[in-house]
Amino acid sequence: MSDTAVAFPGSDPRQLRSMTGIVEHSGPASKRIVTGYGFWIFILSDMVMFSAFFATYAVLLGQTAGGPSGHDLFDLRNVAIETGFLLASSFTCGLASIAADARHTVWFQLAMAITCALGLCFLAIELREFTDLVARGAGPTRSAFLSAFFTLVGCHGLHVSAGILWLLTMMAQVFAKGFRADIQRRILCFALFWHALDIIWIAVFTVVYLIGSAR
Amino acid sequence: MLGKLDWSAVPLDQPIPMITSGVVGLAILGVLVWVAVKGHLPYLWKEWITSVDHKRIGVMYTLLAMVMLLRGFADAIMMRSQQAIAYHSQGYLPPEHFNQIFSAHGTIMVFFVAMPFVIGLMNLIVPLQLGVRDVAFPTLNSVGFWLTATGALLVNISLVVGEFARTGWLPFPPLSELTYSPGVGVDYYLWSLEISGIGTLVAGINLVTTVLKLRTGGMSYLRMPMFCWTTLATNLLIVAAFPILTATLAMLILDRYFGFHFFTNEAGGNVMMFMNLIWAWGHPEVYILVLPAFGIFSEVVSTFSGKPLFGYRSMVLATMAICVISFMVWLHHFFTMGAGPDVNAIFGIASMIIAVPTGVKIYNWLFTMYGGRVRFETPMLWAVGFMVTFIIGGLTGVLLAVPPADFLLHNSLFLIAHFHNVIIGGVLFGAFAGYTYWFPKAFGFRLHDGLGRAAFWFWLVGFYIAFMPLYVLGFLGMTRRMQHYDVAEWRPWLVVAAAGAGLILTGIIFQILQLVISIRRREELRDRTGDPWDGRSLEWATASPPPVFNFAILPAVQGEDAYWQQKSRIKQQAPEKYESRYEDIEMPRNSPTGFVCAFFATVMGFALIWHIWWMVIAGFVGAVATFVVFAWRDHDEYIIPAAEVARIDQANLTERYALAIPGSAS
Repeated sequence: MSDTAVAFPGSDPRQLRSMTGIVEHSGPASKRIVTGYGFWIFILSDMVMFSAFFATYAVLLGQTAGGPSGHDLFDLRNVAIETGFLLASSFTCGLASIAADARHTVWFQLAMAITCALGLCFLAIELREFTDLVARGAGPTRSAFLSAFFTLVGCHGLHVSAGILWLLTMMAQVFAKGFRADIQRRILCFALFWHALDIIWIAVFTVVYLIGSAR
Repeated sequence: MLGKLDWSAVPLDQPIPMITSGVVGLAILGVLVWVAVKGHLPYLWKEWITSVDHKRIGVMYTLLAMVMLLRGFADAIMMRSQQAIAYHSQGYLPPEHFNQIFSAHGTIMVFFVAMPFVIGLMNLIVPLQLGVRDVAFPTLNSVGFWLTATGALLVNISLVVGEFARTGWLPFPPLSELTYSPGVGVDYYLWSLEISGIGTLVAGINLVTTVLKLRTGGMSYLRMPMFCWTTLATNLLIVAAFPILTATLAMLILDRYFGFHFFTNEAGGNVMMFMNLIWAWGHPEVYILVLPAFGIFSEVVSTFSGKPLFGYRSMVLATMAICVISFMVWLHHFFTMGAGPDVNAIFGIASMIIAVPTGVKIYNWLFTMYGGRVRFETPMLWAVGFMVTFIIGGLTGVLLAVPPADFLLHNSLFLIAHFHNVIIGGVLFGAFAGYTYWFPKAFGFRLHDGLGRAAFWFWLVGFYIAFMPLYVLGFLGMTRRMQHYDVAEWRPWLVVAAAGAGLILTGIIFQILQLVISIRRREELRDRTGDPWDGRSLEWATASPPPVFNFAILPAVQGEDAYWQQKSRIKQQAPEKYESRYEDIEMPRNSPTGFVCAFFATVMGFALIWHIWWMVIAGFVGAVATFVVFAWRDHDEYIIPAAEVARIDQANLTERYALAIPGSAS
């Protein structure tokens, strides 16, 4: 950088500023960016909440109070199928986003409907696992380990349930109002939410089921 | 039908809560009748309750904080007077009542005074300082405020219906578990904080997005006023810390309601896990409160010294350093847990390190004053009072960060003196400085000067007389939360502390008088310039109070202290006839979503506390339905036509120039 540029920070004969990335700030961002960004911050906060539940699970993993441990309870084949459904739903959710960008109603509704069906399958398997555990006397009140397990996995399940309600609302809104700008923004947020649930599930699969069944 | 609720929940045999709540209830009823008779209800509904204007919401947050300050302070007066007389006697407060009072005092002061005060000021000022028209999510902003109000309401309902927690301001298990606290007190605590915590999280997300994504042209990060930086840091902390609180309290709720075993003594529960989790939120919370105050002092000191803030970049760095390090010190709240010397040493050192950026800030403020033309207006008095007081509080904090010293002082009144020293001397003085400083911006007239000064001196002197004895008492071995005692040496210090509380009470009375008299004499105190203190940042570039759209034309920023530079340019070259091209402005439409949603949240919270399950479902469905209805509306904005914008703006500019440059009015 030449001496003149240092002496007069306002002058910029060689456009060094734009080269170094210090571009003049050009004002408020667009609504789509603001909404998406804000929702992304919300997802981060949600992940912090999950991290508290993960930490709790890690602390309480061995606290079975003489009851069953993860090794006795977890059926990894079942969980693998469950994971498959959720990951596939993320793929179809991506297809729905593409369809929304292309403003193609039929493909959008179809992709969302499949996402919904896959999400429901996931929930059904999870529910069956829970009722099965409770029936075997391994409910959340049995031990601290099971309290932590049911809370963490159940919290994810509640998120998926809320996501499905949201998904149905978005299908209805697109049906009633079409791809308006504000509805497109909501679809963007919904997609972020759904994919984030996948990311959290990967952690659940690893920490809860894989590490948990090793004990 | 009504769950656990019946007439025995109302403490008819206890005069203190009954008379207090009777008087407060009558006052509220009186205000409501007055509002209804005078026909102000439509105005209140349209202009305030359903408002999504960040300025209005900021004012309502601040008002909530000031009302709750009275409630929290009433608790404080009761504790101080009880301890002053309870030597070899039971005093006038029975133990179970005394325990509720100190729990309610802490809960209210932290969650419903300090939090809404700083969030209110951030809401009010940050969009103005950034030179934009609104926050990122105006309707959510309203939802956040009303959910906070719901939490405050539930805490106050506990005064009449049932009881409040007796566990202290943080409900440590196993005391807070169902076995040892079978009543509804802890449930009041849990649900009011879960609900208001969601409100706080919403406010945090909103303000982070606002600062990062909504700034006027040219307002790059390193041109933002310091208050915007501290707002960013605070709200990042809210986003990262409040979910931990939500999760932790949810676990305690599961323990209490469904017999889970997170923190119980049996079946493998882990009590110390609660300490770790709650303080992983609790320590960042301290900085969530104090960072905005640091921002306010930066603005105030720079304005009233007539100088740019000394070491702006080091201040930014210090703020962000505090933001990060505040997550690495939580264990110093329980050194006595016995984590071992190595763990304690690491957290002790981290706690001492976090004092360094704070020290940097103190020096920056001092050097800003050095060589400046310091005007000791009321906000500046609070700032100077803060610097002296906060240094003492900070130093006792460093002392407590030394593990061996902490083993001696843990849970003694020394600790109480320390955190009141930083919270009153830092957060509350900052909030009062900001309140005095920005009041003319919010309402268009100043607060009465003499009464403000009187309030300051009573607060300052009262603070020292109330809390310095507590340091001594800590060394004399008095632990916190004692309902009565029989150590003769403690008595005189406790009497002095009670007298100090009396002085603070006088300060508060002066503040109430100041507000009332300022409103009555508002024509004399009117600020027509929009810039009563010769300010430096963009909030002073618009009218007082600002029009709903804040700025007719978004200002173009060319450096730090944007408005100061603008003023300097105008002084150098007399302004030509102010010609501007106005455009239509889109503003968000008012919405009752926040209020209705909070109504259902209140119903649901109350029903959860008393196990009235049908009402829980009704409240939940109502809250969700409110959001769906909100999502379904078609027109969420309205247009202010360019001609209207031009009329408002030209009237304002003409008035300002006539005052700034006499004889220029055309």
